[in-house]
Amino acid sequence: MTLTTNLIFKPEEISLKGAYLGKILRQCEEQKTVFNVELTGWIKELRQKAAYDVVKSDLPTTKDEEWRFTDLSSLLENEFKIASETKLSLFDLEAFIYPEAAQSRLVFVNGIYAPKLSNISAIPEGIYVGNLENLDLTNSQKLVKYLGQQEGSNEVFTALNTSGLKDGAIIWFNKNIETKTPIHLLFLSVPSFDHPTIDQPRTLIVAEANSQIEIIEQYGAITLGCSDRPQNHPYFTNAVTEIFLEDNSQVKHTRIQRESGDGFQIGKTAISQARNSRYSCVEVNLGAKLFRHNLEVNQQGEQTETTLNGLTILGGRQVGDTHSVISLNHPHGTTNQLHKYIIDEFAQGIFSGKVSVPHNAQLTNANQLNRNLLLSPKARIQTKPELQITADNVKCSHGATVSQLEDDEIFYLRSRGLNEYDARHLLIDAFAGEILDLLPIESLNHRLTQCVACRTLE
Amino acid sequence: MIRKDAQTILSVKNLTANINDTPILKGVNLEVKEGEVHAIMGRNGSGKSTFSKVLAGHPAYEVTGGEIIYKGVNLLEKEPDERALSGIFLAFQYPLEIPGVSNLEFLRVAYNAKQKYLGLEEIDVFEFEDLVEDKLDIVKMDPAFLQRSLNEGFSGGEKKRNEILQMALLEPSLAILDETDSGLDIDALRIVANGVNQLATPYTASLVITHYQRLLDYIEPDFVHVMYDGRIITSGGKELALELEDKGYDFLDELNQKVLVEVGG
Repeated sequence: MTLTTNLIFKPEEISLKGAYLGKILRQCEEQKTVFNVELTGWIKELRQKAAYDVVKSDLPTTKDEEWRFTDLSSLLENEFKIASETKLSLFDLEAFIYPEAAQSRLVFVNGIYAPKLSNISAIPEGIYVGNLENLDLTNSQKLVKYLGQQEGSNEVFTALNTSGLKDGAIIWFNKNIETKTPIHLLFLSVPSFDHPTIDQPRTLIVAEANSQIEIIEQYGAITLGCSDRPQNHPYFTNAVTEIFLEDNSQVKHTRIQRESGDGFQIGKTAISQARNSRYSCVEVNLGAKLFRHNLEVNQQGEQTETTLNGLTILGGRQVGDTHSVISLNHPHGTTNQLHKYIIDEFAQGIFSGKVSVPHNAQLTNANQLNRNLLLSPKARIQTKPELQITADNVKCSHGATVSQLEDDEIFYLRSRGLNEYDARHLLIDAFAGEILDLLPIESLNHRLTQCVACRTLE
Repeated sequence: MIRKDAQTILSVKNLTANINDTPILKGVNLEVKEGEVHAIMGRNGSGKSTFSKVLAGHPAYEVTGGEIIYKGVNLLEKEPDERALSGIFLAFQYPLEIPGVSNLEFLRVAYNAKQKYLGLEEIDVFEFEDLVEDKLDIVKMDPAFLQRSLNEGFSGGEKKRNEILQMALLEPSLAILDETDSGLDIDALRIVANGVNQLATPYTASLVITHYQRLLDYIEPDFVHVMYDGRIITSGGKELALELEDKGYDFLDELNQKVLVEVGG
């Protein structure tokens, strides 16, 4: 079943500022949704509402507080067209496959589900891992509680994603279900040689009461040679992931972003946590010419645990921005956050981490730390750790550090016989290792450790 | 452990060095032979620690004159790691804390760098654990320390013991102990000194830099040198250390005056 929504975008109503968005929005609206018949009406409405939100919004500029250091003009130089379907073979995927998740993998290429590259043979009963189109009826009817229902979904890029929603990745754990098998969600972009393209991956993860999920969400690009090197084939990934944790459930989330050196990514990860749920995230950002990751956690019940860890590696003229917001609204919450940046050459990192502890979030225990290692005199970091506390019986800390590789540290190691390269390697590995060691599977840790060494030492 | 046929390990002549264009060493002369223990004493700021760092090759210090010959080779041409591999070991006054690098891994990397330099086979984690456990006894260190980050959260005594553990693994020809005793209680001091004594051989030498005579009760020097304003102004046997302890460092001001008069300064 497919349908086309009624066009909301009318070019004559749009200001010049909105014209850029309008062009993309028009393409989004033309996207055909592939979805089962029961919910077509509901999805249509969802998309229309999102399209309204886009029309009402402007693109953020550096005059907006939340975008002060992230200048989107390099993104706006490009006129993006929605990416078309591209066939890949399993052979192309070699560098993206992990033996620990070989039979629990869902692949999307240019935003389009690729069943032939996916393998979900190890997924036990009680779990749905697949695309939106094939979701069974029972879950479909529950979908309306979740899809597009996170707070903040009217934010312009998120709304743009929703306005073009045609399919998506769904991971759904029924009550009391757990599995040791990590689920691997792989979103690949194949940049077009002819024109800049946009794809809008969409993910929904639902952990019903008492279930436990381990998930690896990964963004990558298929290019000639090492994808980190710019090759002048720009593309834009506008990704949205919604995660719902019901009572006492647990989600361990790993998010790997390695867009190509020409790629742009704006990503939203929105998490709702019901009482007694535990969410942990390890994000590793390696790629993209410019990326912004908005990570939003909403506490919706007592005694939730939230752990956010991140590592961002930037070089060349990359711009990398992580904005996290943790909103606590109930007592006995715990949040721990550590985000590290390693920045080389002319690259620029931006970190903003907001933890909001209003009056009813008593007995909250919140810690946040942003640590930055600058490897060159031109590397820059803008950091803004931010605690907003109005509750009076809480334990909170936050901070940021900026450092270089210290001569004294290098000398200490060299005085024990390590050459300069090995000394630097050891120190950078140690800095990155604190995050990489948290990765759930060995092969991923191994690959990313190599990748970090390649990026920071060559 | 002085031997008649001992070879010279280290020969320093008229060494001068600056940090940030300020002269710190103003003509140091010193000769160290195999089997000898030399102590260098002096006030804070006299140049003792600078001397030890210059010997190890710290890049912040600029050598402006003189020479350092180590085992017949001009040391000033060598990088810090080359010096270390050829047998110079500096036990730091303030060992650095390096979070994220496990002590065990660090020791193994350092040990293997030396093995490679000597043309010997590098050893794996398991072999190395056996080797290092044998050495732990020298400094009475708890094996739990091996799993912790390098020096992170170690007490002063634990850091210094960890330095001696590194020395035990790297088996240097010339060990330079830069104020290894400062900040240690007497028990820790004894353990550290014992470790150093156990590692001494007739073919290796130590240079013990200290502010206090106390250490020399445990590590007995063959020679004591007194540093003053970037020079060694007097040398003698271990009785010199006792004399210094007795009269205090102020006595050096007079002594320095006398030396200057003698050399016609």
